[in-house]
Amino acid sequence: MGVGIKVENLNAWFGKHQALHNISMEILSNHATAIIGPSGCGKSTFVRCLNRMHETNPDARAEGKVQVKDMDVYADGVAPVDVRRRIGMVFQKANPFPSMSIYDNVAAGLKLNGFRNRKKLDEIVEKSLRSSALWDEVKDDLKKKSGASLSGGQQQRLCIARALAVEPDVLLMDEPASALDPISTSKIEDLIFELKENYTVVIVTHNMQQAARVAEFTAFFLLGKLIEFDKTEKIFTTPSEKRTEDYITGRFG
Amino acid sequence: MTRTRFHQGLDELKRRLLIMGGFAEQAVDRAIHAYATRDVELCKRVLEDEKAINASEREIDEIAVDLLAMQQPMAVDLRFLFSVIKINADLERVGDQAVNIAERVLDLAKSPVGELPVDIARMASIAAAMVHQSLQAFIEENAEMAQQVLERDDIVDAMNREAFESLTRVMQNDPTLTRQALDALIVTRNLERVADHATNIAEDVIFWVRGADVRHHGVS
Repeated sequence: MGVGIKVENLNAWFGKHQALHNISMEILSNHATAIIGPSGCGKSTFVRCLNRMHETNPDARAEGKVQVKDMDVYADGVAPVDVRRRIGMVFQKANPFPSMSIYDNVAAGLKLNGFRNRKKLDEIVEKSLRSSALWDEVKDDLKKKSGASLSGGQQQRLCIARALAVEPDVLLMDEPASALDPISTSKIEDLIFELKENYTVVIVTHNMQQAARVAEFTAFFLLGKLIEFDKTEKIFTTPSEKRTEDYITGRFG
Repeated sequence: MTRTRFHQGLDELKRRLLIMGGFAEQAVDRAIHAYATRDVELCKRVLEDEKAINASEREIDEIAVDLLAMQQPMAVDLRFLFSVIKINADLERVGDQAVNIAERVLDLAKSPVGELPVDIARMASIAAAMVHQSLQAFIEENAEMAQQVLERDDIVDAMNREAFESLTRVMQNDPTLTRQALDALIVTRNLERVADHATNIAEDVIFWVRGADVRHHGVS
């Protein structure tokens, strides 16, 4: 069991506003790690720095070191597109390509990278849809239905399948279930449980019960700083920091 | 998202638990006083008061379960609720011990008074003080005070062992006092249990305040 993501002295800015201050943490591979904290605390910025999505905002920049296995994410000469292939991301609002079929949605990343082997593509699409627990619901409509025709929960699992198709090491999830009903939410949560067997999962969530249910480790962010990072049961029963306790017990935030 | 209603609920729970603690303490005091004076009427009040303690236990459990289900408490609030549920059960058991003592007094009242070599009054005052101090520690959120309760449990345990030896000798040497000695023995055992429940309450206070498990000398 190794370190999946090693973050050292990560700082991030939006223009002159510093959104992250000197974050250092080691995220274990094949585990789910939850990032919690009040709105504006930098948790989304943090995960978006891990796969260099942050810099796609105008005026945004990041400094520091992010190491994912052998890849130094911010090293000179590393292409952001390669980073994002190794570190997949799922967003709050499911964003399938609306006009593409279910099949093409999943295959999009591979096709974009020039992958053309039809048989192999079929295999990967099936494997990815099985991994995202959507296969049984869509296997008969793969090329008939568009991604947009699915329910919200199915769309989110489709986006997870799309992220898995390029075989990433890490899956970042930014509030993946906050727009879903409880049934769809529990499907996503069960899925996270299975995914961490093969991937390192980092999930941003406002729902502390969700963090408690799915993540072995939890990090609490406040005002752009990492306040506490520990095993989830420790954070939710006996946190070391008063600010963590005040936040998770609803005394501020 | 400051959770005013939730924290009002926790305050209400604390208030009710303290009222219940008052009932339980009063029951022990009355049972002990009844033992010293062989007061049958006082015993009947102890038996009667048990209903209020039992009703109080159910109400506290209901509020606690509602708060768990509706508010999903975390950290210090979760530890508080967990402790309250356990303290509630211990207080109800303290009430049961008072009833057991009262029942022994009712039995003793049928026998002639016999001189027994056991200081039940002293043992009772220590056990009752332990209950009082554990509840005071709960009120003040004071782990140090709770720690002192744990230390006093050994004294009561030792007194219980001494009582066992001396009362066994009484039964051997003077069989006419067997019944009184047996009743006294059961009362010392009840008091030892009261002290054990006070110890549990103190441990729960420490868990709530410090997040530390000090049960069974911290052995997992």
